[in-house]
Amino acid sequence: MSGNAETFPVPRRRDGAARLGARIARDPLVAILSAAILGIALCLVLVRPSPYLVNAAGQLAAFAILAVSLDLVWGYLGILSLGHGLFFAVGGYVCAMHLVAHAYAVTGIPPDFVQFMGWKTLPWYWAGLTNAPYALVLALGLAVLVAFVFGLASFRSRVNGVYFSIISQALVYVAMLLMFRNDTGLGGNNGMTGFSLLFGWPMGSPGVTLGLAVASLAALAAVLVGASLLVGSRTGRLMLACRDDETRLRTLGYGTTRLKLGIWCLSAAIAALAGILYVPQVGIINPRVLAPDLSIEIAVWVAIGGIGRLGGAVLGAVLVNALKFWLTAAMPEAWPFILSGLVLLVVLALPNGLLDLAALRLKPTWLRGGTR
Amino acid sequence: MSGGLAIDALSVVFGRFRALDDLSLAVDAGEVRAVIGPNGAGKTTLLDVISGITRPKSGRVMLGDLDLTQCAEAEIAKAGVRRKFQKPSVFPMLSVRENLEIGCGADLPAAARPARVTALLGDVGLSARADVTAGRLSHGEKQWLEIGMVLASEPRVILLDEPVAGLSDAETARTAALIQALRRPDRAILVIEHDMAFVEAVADRVTVLHDGRTLYEGGMAGARADARVIEVFLGR
Ligand SMILES: Nc1ncnc2c1ncn2[C@@H]1O[C@H](COP(=O)(O)OP(=O)(O)O)[C@@H](O)[C@H]1O
Ligand SMILES: [Mg+2]
Repeated sequence: MSGNAETFPVPRRRDGAARLGARIARDPLVAILSAAILGIALCLVLVRPSPYLVNAAGQLAAFAILAVSLDLVWGYLGILSLGHGLFFAVGGYVCAMHLVAHAYAVTGIPPDFVQFMGWKTLPWYWAGLTNAPYALVLALGLAVLVAFVFGLASFRSRVNGVYFSIISQALVYVAMLLMFRNDTGLGGNNGMTGFSLLFGWPMGSPGVTLGLAVASLAALAAVLVGASLLVGSRTGRLMLACRDDETRLRTLGYGTTRLKLGIWCLSAAIAALAGILYVPQVGIINPRVLAPDLSIEIAVWVAIGGIGRLGGAVLGAVLVNALKFWLTAAMPEAWPFILSGLVLLVVLALPNGLLDLAALRLKPTWLRGGTR
Repeated sequence: MSGGLAIDALSVVFGRFRALDDLSLAVDAGEVRAVIGPNGAGKTTLLDVISGITRPKSGRVMLGDLDLTQCAEAEIAKAGVRRKFQKPSVFPMLSVRENLEIGCGADLPAAARPARVTALLGDVGLSARADVTAGRLSHGEKQWLEIGMVLASEPRVILLDEPVAGLSDAETARTAALIQALRRPDRAILVIEHDMAFVEAVADRVTVLHDGRTLYEGGMAGARADARVIEVFLGR
């Protein structure tokens, strides 16, 4: 972690600034991490390390955003989604569509799957996707729409706990089966790859790689600070209340469905943002991003980092994925065993994740002291 | 009578077991009613129905023109019904103050909240504990905090499920005084309790519940003299 004092990522306002700062400082880990993240972004710009490292940092940032999105609903609202890969994939697919449509418009060469299917042109629902702002709105809007429909159906009929987790997992699985079909106009089995241009610039050039990584890091810092402000607000207190005793909250006159639905949709939008940032950096999207085990892995990152501490989600995602980058290159067949071992270690020895280890929280949550 | 709670021919069935059996009961505004009865009599189930957590098989619970059995929990609460649970139910990760703020309800303007909370802290004797995390309170303090949360919205109907369970004699006496101070002409209070001395101190009338039915209704002295009541309480 960078020891230098970086700029504090707080929008400075005349009067509220001090209060805002105090609220972020309530969770010093978030303040330290967001400063470090911006520091790393600055280092990338100034030092220009190898494109491989820059790209890795950017991908890790995207995963960390995804982890924060899950921690928001799981750690603070008690809703464990085992299907968050769905929202990540919505963002990723729409981003890929934009990249493909953009390259097609510039080069005139139709994408592989269009040729493969023997089509003349892209299906109608690709219309307008060359326009980046529209693609962004579509990606976030679609993720929120799917989350809204699924959330409304579940929360209204009071599907909770394990049932919700299982249904969310089924949903991502169904989406995967759908995307494996080759006639969806979304690349089918092979997905979409070979993105050649980003906003007219050649993909893979050092400048584009750096730009994507810096954008991802900046987005991570913004998401982290934003989420931290949210959980420190009155809404955040209602989230904790709902997590710990939903019936009690209802009988005090709060319709918890709206609260849960709102945060659930926000979480989906953040996950979609992670997907949008991830796909151009990894250069491919295919239905395997919808595999149930990826969605479970997101929960593992959060659990390893520490549930219900936003900084823990970031640390968990970064550490597990950094290890994965390194080990899947060195000994790919060992990764599932190492991941399982990590899970067992956390479950047995560190019930609150790595934050226990860092001694940032000496006692389990429910024993924690009154000073907050 | 207006503003009170009218429970009309309520039946609750769990599987083949009748927890409430055609129970009718009117709690008038201005009254403190105690419901007593042996364990398993259906007292908590009655409060579950009134607060919308359990749906009855038949019967109605009328608050004015509103049938509470048709409403969701939050709507019932918004209509002015608040309930203290048998197991003290506070939000363990929030401070005492934050718990009371939530108790004020969604409709109280934010500007009015601090004053209300400060007053409540005094009422329930937790001023010195305002910033302690609720999960760290003693059992008695949790009971009081929950009573404070229930009072925070100035409800028309207050339901208290065993508010002095597990409290010392001194704490029980304080709670009795607190409940007596809650009596208002436009407010109906229903207290479930085992502690007879406490019931005698706070209640105008008692309803003795047994196997989901009313066994006796009237003054406490009458209850003590009633042969069937004595049998139910001593026979077990
Ligand atoms: N959700 C439930 N499912 C099945 N049986 C229940 C349920 N809630 C309560 N009961 C049963 O109903 C009876 C009345 O319970 P309760 O209302 O809690 O009694 P008490 O008068 O002690 O508060 C008990 O026999 C209890 O076991
Ligand atoms: Mg009971």
